[in-house]
Amino acid sequence: MPSKRIRVLIAKPGLDGHDRGANVVAQGLRDAGMEVIYLGLRITPEQIAEASVQEDVDVIGLSCLSGAHMALFPKTVELIKEKTDKDILFIGGGIIPRKDMPKLREAGIAQTFGPGTPIPEIVSFIKNKFGEEE
Amino acid sequence: MAEQKERKSVFTTTVDGNTVNQVYTSADLAESGQDTSLPGEYPFTRNIFPAGYRTRLWTMRQYSGFATVEETNKRYKYLYEQGQTGFSVAFHLPTQEGYDSDHPLAAGEVGRCGVAIDSLQDMEELWDGIPLAEVSTSMTINATAPIVTAMYVAAAEKQGADISQLNGTVQNDLLKEYVARNTYVFGPEPSMRLTTDLCSYCAQDMPKWNSISISGYHMREAGATAIQEAAFTLANGIAYVQAMIDRGMEVDSFAPRFSFFFAAYNNLLEEVAKFRAARRAWAKIMKERFGAQNPRSLMLRYHVQTDGFTLTEQQPLNNIVRVTIQALASILGGCQSLHACSYDEALALPSEEAVQLSLRTQQIIAEESGVTDTVDPLGGSYYIEWLTNQIEEGIQEYIAKIDEMGGASEAIKKGYIQREIRRAAYNYQKQVDSGEQVVVGVNKFAAEEKPGLELLEIDESVEKKQVERLRRLRSERDNEKVSRILDEVRQVARGDENIMPVLTEAVKAYATVGEITDALRDVFGEYRESTIV
Repeated sequence: MPSKRIRVLIAKPGLDGHDRGANVVAQGLRDAGMEVIYLGLRITPEQIAEASVQEDVDVIGLSCLSGAHMALFPKTVELIKEKTDKDILFIGGGIIPRKDMPKLREAGIAQTFGPGTPIPEIVSFIKNKFGEEE
Repeated sequence: MAEQKERKSVFTTTVDGNTVNQVYTSADLAESGQDTSLPGEYPFTRNIFPAGYRTRLWTMRQYSGFATVEETNKRYKYLYEQGQTGFSVAFHLPTQEGYDSDHPLAAGEVGRCGVAIDSLQDMEELWDGIPLAEVSTSMTINATAPIVTAMYVAAAEKQGADISQLNGTVQNDLLKEYVARNTYVFGPEPSMRLTTDLCSYCAQDMPKWNSISISGYHMREAGATAIQEAAFTLANGIAYVQAMIDRGMEVDSFAPRFSFFFAAYNNLLEEVAKFRAARRAWAKIMKERFGAQNPRSLMLRYHVQTDGFTLTEQQPLNNIVRVTIQALASILGGCQSLHACSYDEALALPSEEAVQLSLRTQQIIAEESGVTDTVDPLGGSYYIEWLTNQIEEGIQEYIAKIDEMGGASEAIKKGYIQREIRRAAYNYQKQVDSGEQVVVGVNKFAAEEKPGLELLEIDESVEKKQVERLRRLRSERDNEKVSRILDEVRQVARGDENIMPVLTEAVKAYATVGEITDALRDVFGEYRESTIV
């Protein structure tokens, strides 16, 4: 039975404008059958939280290449958890040193995808979490 | 003997690039035309100067900046001692986007991917002990370029430098910001006004300063192919030249100080051909379209940065080899200035050890490889000449398409350039994911990763320190004077007088980047991109 399509929100919190990764991932997830909402650039954690509730998304992908991820990712997760009880899957990407990844996981980012990650890896990660076959 | 099967069914340069034949001969050139010009001769395909690097090497200019001015000043002095011949300032994002370090949007970004500059005070201390009259400085700054340039000039003046002798470059290229990298603040019209205000000011008062660096680098990083990079950059160049002419400037009064900035990827021969083709195409544009007479107006002078996107987190030492190939391509292509990236940059800003190696890479090519001994050593190679012709043709096709749309500004407003680049970026990713495009250490020859490198870390105390410093400045300066001058900034912004003189007054009164940008926001409003997918 075909299930409801997975809804994904992709956003770039902070001032970083490097959006190649966010764009390519958005396109890749769309091609894999997901519904993708791309919020765009220079979005505050508050705006992401607002949009995530309004759009009723299942997954939130955050991208940051400026080094501000430790300040922005956990704050975004926190704000969203204040607003909704929905079990949203958080993923991250960007120029993120490996040593920050466990801290991001603790803060609620289920997986951080670094440079060189193939798109199919991100697709299977999400689909597995939602019990979908590939 | 039976013909052996080739490794691939088709060989190409980059994604969407040219199909490459097994071998090239004079017959290929008979078809596509042979350029017999010498280096230093129109259309400057081989080099803008007759003697190339025999008279003067390129400027070795490592892009750097992080944390506070103290740390960056130390890095600059270190690079200078190590033989760097020019400076290149990386500003943190709040400075680039017109926010002070204590703005809520700056939280987490202070000193992260560049140095924090809020006021003239920071700029003065950035150059402490470095004589600005004697060095050459490039500043990667766009939306706030008029403000930050005013700060640099004021800092130089305080050191006693003669402004007319200052050497350097300000990026000041907003068109590409709407396409890639996205550090715009204002909409396209006010941005073009600020860009051309700064260009006019430099043409008049700073004859040795490059008033714009029309940049393809960021578009390439965003996914553009080599041809797209060259074509979109030159199309933006045309838009800027036209905008200056529309202001009533005579082309030869400013064009000699227009400079360019490109990337270099791993396909060495394609990159060399790209630089040669871009030089030839620009010379023709300036001569045929704009009627420039001064030979310097026809010369494409450019900086190259090896490409950050091609660096891998996996097996990071492999990046040393990539950077070497890319730097070599830049030099064989005839660049005027070069930044070589560092092997740890897929993970962080470069460590001191990594950046020293980048500089050494440049120095080894300059001093040991012999490629600098003769000008355009690859000129005359059937393949290079053929590929140069192909890329020039590709550039012309794109420019014709963009002309039809009404020029680069219109093509960007319609989202055409953005879509072309995004398509190329996605195609590239699909080719990497399928293994068709090999990335060594990532999708082929992957190995177990060794424990991580020693990365440069930006301490969390940096933000606190910078914010305290800013608050101290605000309590010590003459705030009445600041608010009076900010009113004047608004007034000039509303009219059509050049913005630079009033910005100079504002920075000298220690008005901050955020305050001055806010005054301009009051008049120009802010630009929000429309999402193009």
